[in-house]
Amino acid sequence: MTDLTRLSATELAAALTSGDVTSVEVTQAHLDRIAEVDPALHAFLAVDSDGALSQARAADQRLAGAGSAQSLPELLGVPIAVKDIATTKGLTTTAGSRILEGWVPPYDATLVAKLRAAGLPILGKTNMDEFAMGSSTEHSAYGPTHNPWDLERVPGGSGGGSSAAVAGFEAPLAIGTDTGGSIRQPAAVTGTVGVKPTYGGVSRYGLIALASSLDQAGPVARTVLDAALLHDVIAGHDPMDSTSIDTEWPSMADAARHPGVDGLRVGVVTELGGEGYQPGARQRFEEVVELLVGAGADVVEVSCPHFRYAMSAYYLILPSEASSNLARYDAMRYGLRVAPDGVAEPSAEQVMAATREAGFGEEVKRRIILGTFALSSGYYDAYYGQAQKVRTLIARDFAAAFEQADVLISPTAPTTAFTIGEKYDDPLAMYLNDIATIPANLAGVPGMSVPSGLAPEDGLPVGVQLLAPALEDARLYTVGAAVERLLLDSWGGPLLDRAPALEVSA
Amino acid sequence: MTTTLGAYDDVLDRYAPVLGLETHVELGTATKLFCGCSTAFGAPPNTQVCPTCLGLPGSLPVTNEAAIEFTVKIGLALHCEIATWCRFARKNYFYPDMPKDYQVSQYDEPLCTDGYLDVVVGGEAFRVEIERVHLEEDTGKSLHVGGATGRIHGATHSLVDYNRAGIPLVEIVTRPVQGTGHKAAEVARAYVTELRDVLRDLGVSDVRMEQGSLRCDVNLSLMPAGATQLGTRTETKNVNSLRSVERAVRHEVERQGARLDAGERVVQETRHFHEDSGTTSPGRSKEEAQDYRYFPEPDLVPLAPARELVEGLRATLPEPPSVRRAAFAEVNGFTAIDLEQMVNAGVLDLVGETIAAGASPTKSKGWWLGYLVGRANELDVEVSELAITVAQVARISELEDSGELTNKLARQVADAVIAGEGDVDAVIESHGWKVAGEDELIVAVDAALAAQPDIAAKIRDGNQGAVGPIVGAVMKATGGAADATRARELILERAS
Repeated sequence: MTDLTRLSATELAAALTSGDVTSVEVTQAHLDRIAEVDPALHAFLAVDSDGALSQARAADQRLAGAGSAQSLPELLGVPIAVKDIATTKGLTTTAGSRILEGWVPPYDATLVAKLRAAGLPILGKTNMDEFAMGSSTEHSAYGPTHNPWDLERVPGGSGGGSSAAVAGFEAPLAIGTDTGGSIRQPAAVTGTVGVKPTYGGVSRYGLIALASSLDQAGPVARTVLDAALLHDVIAGHDPMDSTSIDTEWPSMADAARHPGVDGLRVGVVTELGGEGYQPGARQRFEEVVELLVGAGADVVEVSCPHFRYAMSAYYLILPSEASSNLARYDAMRYGLRVAPDGVAEPSAEQVMAATREAGFGEEVKRRIILGTFALSSGYYDAYYGQAQKVRTLIARDFAAAFEQADVLISPTAPTTAFTIGEKYDDPLAMYLNDIATIPANLAGVPGMSVPSGLAPEDGLPVGVQLLAPALEDARLYTVGAAVERLLLDSWGGPLLDRAPALEVSA
Repeated sequence: MTTTLGAYDDVLDRYAPVLGLETHVELGTATKLFCGCSTAFGAPPNTQVCPTCLGLPGSLPVTNEAAIEFTVKIGLALHCEIATWCRFARKNYFYPDMPKDYQVSQYDEPLCTDGYLDVVVGGEAFRVEIERVHLEEDTGKSLHVGGATGRIHGATHSLVDYNRAGIPLVEIVTRPVQGTGHKAAEVARAYVTELRDVLRDLGVSDVRMEQGSLRCDVNLSLMPAGATQLGTRTETKNVNSLRSVERAVRHEVERQGARLDAGERVVQETRHFHEDSGTTSPGRSKEEAQDYRYFPEPDLVPLAPARELVEGLRATLPEPPSVRRAAFAEVNGFTAIDLEQMVNAGVLDLVGETIAAGASPTKSKGWWLGYLVGRANELDVEVSELAITVAQVARISELEDSGELTNKLARQVADAVIAGEGDVDAVIESHGWKVAGEDELIVAVDAALAAQPDIAAKIRDGNQGAVGPIVGAVMKATGGAADATRARELILERAS
């Protein structure tokens, strides 16, 4: 029998609908794979075998009971992994932090509820940098996740658990969240597809907030069509999220099924490339551009002069919002509670301070301190206020660029996966991983990372980033699917087939 | 430590008071400001909560449309400008009763600005300017257990009830109110009274000060008479009755006056008001104030009330309390002074209800203004909290009108009802209180005249002024049950 874990979500859905396999079989196969390889990858913080199998049985009943006329959710019965930042009723949710160790939410995030309604069994919760702060998953309080391409290397971050689970065939699909690149950069360094939808496209209700004005959840998958199918499940207006966009979204799957670039204006962003980018990343990017030209696209060079300030603005806005969003972890209502040493009858304030001291990691504290400072009276205008102005300028740069181009294109990340520990003690080097992905978050526009090959110098995956105007997520899938097809033809098969086999634990 | 006080009027002969009032009003919306939880008062602790108002990880706020409309109505009733675009902001500080450790409020972009409210004290009109009206979420409520006072100091532990967390709260802030002179305390009280009536007429809040749905912070500073530079102010928090507003101002005038007279400076600080003693004590010093790190709330979209909505709401505004009161005065034959006295004593509605219960306007006013307000002061409660209903007052008044009770007996009946002895007729029955009959009165008059023959002689000589002491003696002999008019007639008759 075929190894079910090697099938794409689209292939699994077809096999489930035709009755060739059951959801219980598919789900069990992935649970078995997790048991075999996760000791090496550590992509999961929690595996919910009982819950997943029970949801699989329910999916099988729906599949079996369906008359031919009845339309069922397309991904019914296809299992999924969820980043540990989304609340799951009855299943621990920690955001990779010690301060939420063991916290069991009493409610489902809207996107989790949508997954359940669409019948996708939830395999478990994936590892992440603490509160999504990081680009390597090394900042998880529960230890790093390893890249399936090279276990000594990081799988990117913050959503390294989701990218590693999908790249390591532990799950065909996963949910990620992207505040400055946390879906796209891990996708690039693991050879997977990751999409950050338009801000407001997917409800943030139930996603543990890092930076409210930047956070956006999206799909992680091995193919563009798989990502599109998942995107269609989780997108849509949610009355529980004021910033959710109330609009009718076109089908992303339709877009992915109709790839095309003929006559497309593709803008190469001057400021997203060149110096600081690994030669292999640049080379593979240039090859993609050539393929697009060969397929009939018009390539233009566009300049976004304010992107050079994006990183600085981002590292003021994000910590500012995070310092406020993370205030609630104060030991009063849920999560960790630590009594200060040597205080007989500690006050609430002393318990709060001791808990936050013990419960937050170094990177989280660094950003809380930065944000607290940036919002302080007397500094607000110079830092937070100024950063908001930069944000407006970046949005204007995008608007001008989209006058000249239908989509923008760049390498997703400047380098391939780095080794665990390499940048841990150098926050600025770590932050630079997101140099190409941050502008999309600041402007709220959608972005996608598609595998663009292996860097010749180290044989590790790199990705190409596509950006579209707000609300034009479907355009990413039309173009992304075309890029994917062109590359598959040139490679003669999926990139992930070239990843080394993982050692299976007994 | 005892606080030296000056005499209120003496202080205000030499210093000009500057008032500022910040009033918090819990809106009477069915649900909370950012979630669907009920706002009903008095439910068991932590039963009206959800992920959003508990601030659970991942939860998000969604603004209650009714709360916006209520706030706009308040702004319109206070003659404010209504913002065409504004935002909520986060006010960041750590406190156990704040679920998110920030409060969603409004900072530099309030919904309503630049209004006013007129009040009348002692026949003199004062315009209180409103700086801003903004909307925010209430916090939970801490209960400090184990201490003697219920305050956090000395408590062994604290409990928090989050039912109140997220209830919509409107804050109404005045500009500094100057030129009130000796009437500062009364103007403060009149303003809060008027504001309460406006809010009640709008139907946006139940404005129950005793339940905390209307809370007031009183700012006060003094400057030497004739000066233009404002003095250092104090902010007395959570003054929770109309009477307390007046008392808090009086106390701060007296306390600050004494300090200034002694050459000391007033410390800029928040102070707590003590209902029992009518005094204030220092709270947190504002001079080491926290930095709230306000920034626009990124989880909410800006508010942009459409002009059609605003004008539509304006069209639904009830007539202002002053107009309603004028009509009430007209119908019942009250003068402007009667009206002002009743309004500022907080008994206008009680008088109206007593009239509706069958008593005459004059008697109704007389009972509340002339007697029951004083009783409430003696008992140290709000007049509306006296343990006597308007129906009971109307019944007493009726018995007085029909001659079955003298005024003195009637007051004894009222006191007995307030003391919880029972309903009006039961109290009269149990005490055997009834107006003395003619025979009993004649016996008492004769006895009084006989006991004081020299006064009786004066009366016989036509000295009408000598009647008084005999009336007094008759009253005493009958335990107040004598009809004074009839007694006077009988004295003149029997003396001759």
